[in-house]
Amino acid sequence: MDFSFTEEQTLLRNSIQKFVQDEYDFDTRRKIIASDEGMKEENWQTLAELGLLAAPFTEEQGGFGGGPIETMIVMEEFGRGLVVEPYAPTVIQCGGFLRYAGSSEQQEALIPQIIEGKLKMAFAYAEPQGRYNLADLTTTAEQKGGDFVINGYKAVVIGGPWADKFIVTARTSGSQREEKGVTVFIIDKGADGVSTRDYPTVDGFRASELTLENVVVGKDAVVGEVDNGLPLVEKIADEAIAAYCAEAIGAMKVLNDTTVEYCKTRKQFGQPIGKFQVLQHRMVDMFMEYEQSVSMTYMVNLKLEEDEIERKKAASGAKVQIGKSGRFVGQQSVQLHGGMGMTDELNVGHYFKRLTMIDTAFGNVDHHLKRYAKLSQA
Amino acid sequence: MDLSFSTEDEEFRREVRAFIEREYDDDLRRQMAQSKNGYLDKEGQMKWMKKLSNQGWLAPNWPKEYGGPGWTQTQKYIFDVETSAAGTPPVLAFGVKMVAPVIMAFGSDEQKQTYLPPILASDVWWCQGYSEPGSGSDLASLQMRAEDKGDHFLCNGSKIWTTLAQHADWIFCLVRTDADAAKPQQGISFLLIDMKTPGISVEPIVTLDMPVANQQEVNQVFFDDVRVPKENLIGELNRGWTYAKYLLEFERGNAYGPSLKRSIAKVKSIAENELVGTGERLIDDSSFAGKIADMERQITAMEFTELRIFAALSAGERVGPESSMLKAKGSELGQGITELTLEATGFYTQPLMRDTWAEIKGRTNEPRVGPTYAAPVAPYYFNYRKASIYAGSNEVQRNIMAKLVLGL
Ligand SMILES: Cc1cc2nc3c(=O)[nH]c(=O)nc-3n(C[C@H](O)[C@H](O)[C@H](O)COP(=O)(O)OP(=O)(O)OC[C@H]3O[C@@H](n4cnc5c(N)ncnc54)[C@H](O)[C@@H]3O)c2cc1C
Repeated sequence: MDFSFTEEQTLLRNSIQKFVQDEYDFDTRRKIIASDEGMKEENWQTLAELGLLAAPFTEEQGGFGGGPIETMIVMEEFGRGLVVEPYAPTVIQCGGFLRYAGSSEQQEALIPQIIEGKLKMAFAYAEPQGRYNLADLTTTAEQKGGDFVINGYKAVVIGGPWADKFIVTARTSGSQREEKGVTVFIIDKGADGVSTRDYPTVDGFRASELTLENVVVGKDAVVGEVDNGLPLVEKIADEAIAAYCAEAIGAMKVLNDTTVEYCKTRKQFGQPIGKFQVLQHRMVDMFMEYEQSVSMTYMVNLKLEEDEIERKKAASGAKVQIGKSGRFVGQQSVQLHGGMGMTDELNVGHYFKRLTMIDTAFGNVDHHLKRYAKLSQA
Repeated sequence: MDLSFSTEDEEFRREVRAFIEREYDDDLRRQMAQSKNGYLDKEGQMKWMKKLSNQGWLAPNWPKEYGGPGWTQTQKYIFDVETSAAGTPPVLAFGVKMVAPVIMAFGSDEQKQTYLPPILASDVWWCQGYSEPGSGSDLASLQMRAEDKGDHFLCNGSKIWTTLAQHADWIFCLVRTDADAAKPQQGISFLLIDMKTPGISVEPIVTLDMPVANQQEVNQVFFDDVRVPKENLIGELNRGWTYAKYLLEFERGNAYGPSLKRSIAKVKSIAENELVGTGERLIDDSSFAGKIADMERQITAMEFTELRIFAALSAGERVGPESSMLKAKGSELGQGITELTLEATGFYTQPLMRDTWAEIKGRTNEPRVGPTYAAPVAPYYFNYRKASIYAGSNEVQRNIMAKLVLGL
């Protein structure tokens, strides 16, 4: 049993902390998210130079062979800085598809570009009617000759405006919600029939609605097996969840530290408000929520490589924890800051918003409670 | 014990409903549905308040001699229930419910004649200048100075979190007139200040709901050598704290139950529209339906608590610190409903639409992202965190109950 980090892992953490400190103070971030682009290309190049974009890829693929713990460290530190650059969509999600199931041609063509910071991608999986069910797809891919013709609509594709390519789930057979019949495709943003509607999100990211109209792709655009994509999609979703959990604990930590600090300095009734016992207990509760969240985040990241049922349970259990704790910590941080907590000027509200939105990504508390219950009964 | 209303009261209820049906038009309804902070813009607020004013219903709590409608407690309650249930725009409390009762109780005849009729006609917009950067929960520590300069007070300092001050014609302020008083409460006075007075500036504060320009809910108001005529002092010098406490009784007045019912009905209508990914509607999903049921049950408890208090009021009893219970419980249930709304709407809470009135006001033709109801959901959830902070934070309300209700 060992929960310590290796020297390399600590170095990795330090380098990201330095990046966040130098390039991502709160005011700089505000400028980044308010800019037309909504992210900063130079930052993306810095992440490439730091080797972060290469982290999870194997050495044969040109990467560093990092595992879930490395990804966890990266995301936790990004959570502290509320980094918006599309690391999770490009490297963790789309990179994951390529690592696990990409053909050697796909890997050779795309992974080096990701590592060099030349290619950004986004994962388009959600559909308006499907809510959090990854298999509920009305987007279809029809086989025509050697090609596929894709038609459909994808909602709230995070990082969509910056993406050069999308990874898209579509139905190649079966009925709307059937497990079998899901196929994963790589689609160029520039391909005929692809259109996006881009917008900012409430937590400072950018997303797109993606419309696919008679988009023709060849067999070489399929990632993994035709009709058997769902297990892969679920695996990636669980890894995305593990990463978002890490991001969330980074954000919670900042909120807790900031709130404790504020309560030590803000005076009312002639004393620091942190002297009021009710607020002390509240902050202790926030601390406990955070610690439980850290535990669940470690747990899920340690179990990502276990068998499917264990992995799924771990991901759902952790996502529920993060959803609940994130809500409590976010709300109480605002509460304890009083009116100040309500302002856009203070960082507190920005972390609160991010935590709120993490709950809606890849399934919220209710969804994952149900999934957990089902898996436990199985 | 009896739950029924008299025939006259039922007749009155029909009259109120007919009024709402007639006057709460589509334009106002659509704007309310897209509000990110519970208010309309100045034009919308004025439109609704003028309608009430023309009907003679703007100020149900005013005595008849000042132009109030002369309703019984029951009628006031029915009016409150019906307007909340319909989700009509809020009547701004600052004039009608806050400064007016203070002027009636402590103002001079001249002040009454000057200030009350324009409030009743909804011609003048008031805002409340109590909180300061250093004085929120501990209001008595306020620092804004008003120095006696013979025929006027010279005011310096600032007020913060001033709701809708950018639209205001007047502000009522608590100011420090005696810095050496034995207790901080004793050196405070109640002043009415014309917002057009030289030396006043209003700075917007952007809150988490990300309002567009000039639609901010709160502001900081700066006073730099502002000369305020002596006749704008309410009552006696250094007695402002007493008046402010009197006003607090009016600040916590509205019933929460009816508007909570309306909000949960909205959650249900969203849940009827949302699918859960099994093809089932969210409203038919057992765990979400359970959450709605549990919320409705709590709203009923709230409603009956309010009815008990209302009955005591009608019987002429004074309601004391129990009203803190209504504020704490009501705001927390309201916040719980914003959470359910957020959950129901799912990932379409993510797109940011800053100007949710854009189509209604003809400012855009661009179609929305996601369902029409989605855009204000997250902003309102963020914004409504205010309810446990303002009007006496919920921690402060619990302190009051611990001390005055439980005697601890
Ligand atoms: C949207 C909004 C609109 C507002 N509109 C107006 C307005 O129009 N006019 C106006 O004058 N003011 C207005 N306010 C100000 C509001 O009244 C104050 O925010 C409130 O009194 C709290 O003060 P504060 O923000 O300084 O927080 P603080 O008083 O600093 O409180 C910070 C935290 O400490 C807690 N706390 C403080 N004292 C105690 C205690 N003794 N025991 C336990 N906990 C304690 C509080 O509950 C809170 O959680 C508004 C506020 C908001 C958010």
